[in-house]
Amino acid sequence: MAIVTSKQQKWRMLTAHVFLWALIAVTIFPLLAVISISLRPGNFSTGSLIPTEISLEHWKLALGFSYQADDGSLVEPPFPVLRWLWNSIKIATISSLLIVTISTTAAYAFARLKFPYKATILNSMLLLQMFPAVLALVAIYAIFELIGNYIPWLGIESHGGVMLAYVGGIAMHIWTIRGYFETIPQEIEECAKVDGATHWQTFRYVLLPMAMPILVVVFVLAFIGTIVEYPVASVLLREEANLTLAVGSKYYLNDQKFLWGDFAAAAVLCGLPITIVFLTAQRWIVSGLTAGAVKG
Amino acid sequence: MSAPRQSTAGLVFKWCLSVCLALILLYFVFRIYANGQPLWAIGALCLFGLGFYVYLANVAFAYRYLYPGVAAMLVFVALPMFYTASIGFTNYSSNNLLSESRSRQYLLEQSVPVDATSMRFTLHPDGNEFRIALSELEDVEPAIPTANFVSASLALMSQTPPLNVRMSSAKEASFPIGPPLPLSEVLKHRSALQAATLSLPDGRKLSYAGVGEFAEMSSLWRPNADGSLLHLLTGESYHPNQTTGFFENEKGEQIQPGFKVGVGLANYARILLDQEFRAPFVAIFTWTVAFSGLTVVFTLAIGLLLAAILNWEALPARGIYRTLLFLPYAVPAFISILVFKGLFNQNFGEINALLDAVFGVKPAWFADPLLAKIMVLVVNTWLGYPYFMILCSGLIKAIPADLYEASALVGASPWTNFKTITAPLIIKPLMPLLVSVFAFNFNNFVVIALLTDGRPDYLNTKLPAGTTDILVSYTYRIAFQDAGQNFGLAAAISTIIFILIALLSMANLRLTRGRETNQ
Repeated sequence: MAIVTSKQQKWRMLTAHVFLWALIAVTIFPLLAVISISLRPGNFSTGSLIPTEISLEHWKLALGFSYQADDGSLVEPPFPVLRWLWNSIKIATISSLLIVTISTTAAYAFARLKFPYKATILNSMLLLQMFPAVLALVAIYAIFELIGNYIPWLGIESHGGVMLAYVGGIAMHIWTIRGYFETIPQEIEECAKVDGATHWQTFRYVLLPMAMPILVVVFVLAFIGTIVEYPVASVLLREEANLTLAVGSKYYLNDQKFLWGDFAAAAVLCGLPITIVFLTAQRWIVSGLTAGAVKG
Repeated sequence: MSAPRQSTAGLVFKWCLSVCLALILLYFVFRIYANGQPLWAIGALCLFGLGFYVYLANVAFAYRYLYPGVAAMLVFVALPMFYTASIGFTNYSSNNLLSESRSRQYLLEQSVPVDATSMRFTLHPDGNEFRIALSELEDVEPAIPTANFVSASLALMSQTPPLNVRMSSAKEASFPIGPPLPLSEVLKHRSALQAATLSLPDGRKLSYAGVGEFAEMSSLWRPNADGSLLHLLTGESYHPNQTTGFFENEKGEQIQPGFKVGVGLANYARILLDQEFRAPFVAIFTWTVAFSGLTVVFTLAIGLLLAAILNWEALPARGIYRTLLFLPYAVPAFISILVFKGLFNQNFGEINALLDAVFGVKPAWFADPLLAKIMVLVVNTWLGYPYFMILCSGLIKAIPADLYEASALVGASPWTNFKTITAPLIIKPLMPLLVSVFAFNFNNFVVIALLTDGRPDYLNTKLPAGTTDILVSYTYRIAFQDAGQNFGLAAAISTIIFILIALLSMANLRLTRGRETNQ
């Protein structure tokens, strides 16, 4: 098809470009600003977007080193950012593995096995997931306090408890994996069964290897979902060394002690890897979006 | 299908393992029961029992795959919901935290020093450790009292200071004791001393009874036959009041700590009928609806516009635009919200620096209620529009291209295209998503908690309430932040939100069904 560009069309194109660039400017201004602030000396100074004087003091603090200030005093890192990052990664990795395991087995039952009230159980699980955990924080706190009385490493102020709390959020993942299982032809498994494989063997050695791609996707989705989770972690974890990144970052911007520059360096340091993971996983996440999952 | 054959050894191993696990779990159940929480014990027993039944008895295989997932959702999603709803009917709060039996136990353990038995104590350093010396109380204190009893060297500074200290008679002591520590030094060891019990050779047991003194303790309370408690100093009886959740005397004076009792609909009555409470509640509810509604409108408007432009095939570099515009969604929300908190700062935020340079104004984003609300909406729109951009892109791509070709033949403008083709075709599949985004933002706790914490607060309310608080963040404040953590009231508000969410979900289901039948 020959493209006829009228004068009107050119004007439209220009308007579209101008509009898009204006919006992109607004969109990435905060992100560029925070990088520039992390390189600026001092916690209170304002300046141009391109810093006139580069200082690595905030980065040193974010990486856990202290530095010598101009007046000779030693400035210690205000918060253990790397510790928080480690806590976050630890909690997110272990709980995502648990989530993938539990939702894969459940999805197998929903996709392949026959049992009464199948649709009802799946629908009620999806319905339950509509109610965000933030509404039941009081009860979650009370339940984990109770568990902690008997098993301290799963109670309040323990990472085990936070991981356990996240394991409840599996309905969407079961739904995703079930959908994928249903696209795999059942005949392959039937062949295995004819050869004498048990349920568990067909599941473990035939279906699982074929479902690997979706398991990776669900793992990434669960990982991002848990690493940015705030409400439950903020209730269950209170001690400074125990916090996750999502809970701890808030303390940088306290009204009494506003560590703007230090925060900026920590935010870039921790936000960048998560953003890269997210952009890499973007394609899968987008397909998950249409299923109604909203990022928290 | 036949069950797989197992070797005898395997079978024995399986049953041994099961029995061991069962014993461990039964032990936990027993401990919960012994702690006076029979309902929780029964619940745990049912959960574990069901697990053993599913994995050991010969029932449908499907349940073995389902059990972990269903159990996790029941315990960590369904149970908290029902438990929250039930807390809403109680007076559970930091004042009424314990069960009645625990609070009674707490009171019965309270004790007061018996004045006549008081003895003066001094601390004497001995290397890194300390000795406690006891002497008689005298009206005029000598500078260095003559000790009647002394202890062995005690590691008061260690992580686990000694709890039971045997005192021996000073006359028989074979070691000299040094000069006593000054009072200010003694106070540093107060917590270790408070935990310690001194046993005298004659069998008396003394406890810390205030600065410089140890004394025998006697209980403050004695249980009466009718279930009330007798205060031994005043001789008054305190009866447990099942409506207020406190031990009370005849004048109605209450004793802390209270206990947890059912209060029926009192929390709901307070939300709906109490004039002082209703005013901020209605204001917060209105703002919650406005916040989520406006967020949906703004994010949809920007997202849809971008989707329409980015689907214009003649436009070059669409991929770059899309990636850059997707960024707000890719950056973790807790980081971008806090970045905005810094950027909007009145005195050294970059946004005010810009506004000051261009217009010469420095708005107080965090102190003025209206500006704070605008800021929350701006930030939330920034966070949310990529979602609609991606969704609408997918929906617009699904529209058959020949419709646009036909409209191009009659020379329709882009606006006509949008109005007559795009909008009518995507509105139906979009509806359930609009409802779920509304529901999501209705409970968008993170953006409020991290950006404004609900502030600026209303000035004349009994419980602190913020002008930018939405219902969930308000609930969080009542439950976890402000003084008098009122779990019961917070749970009642949560229950109201549960009902609203259930209604929204039902509407959503209807819209989705309608879409499926239409297609």
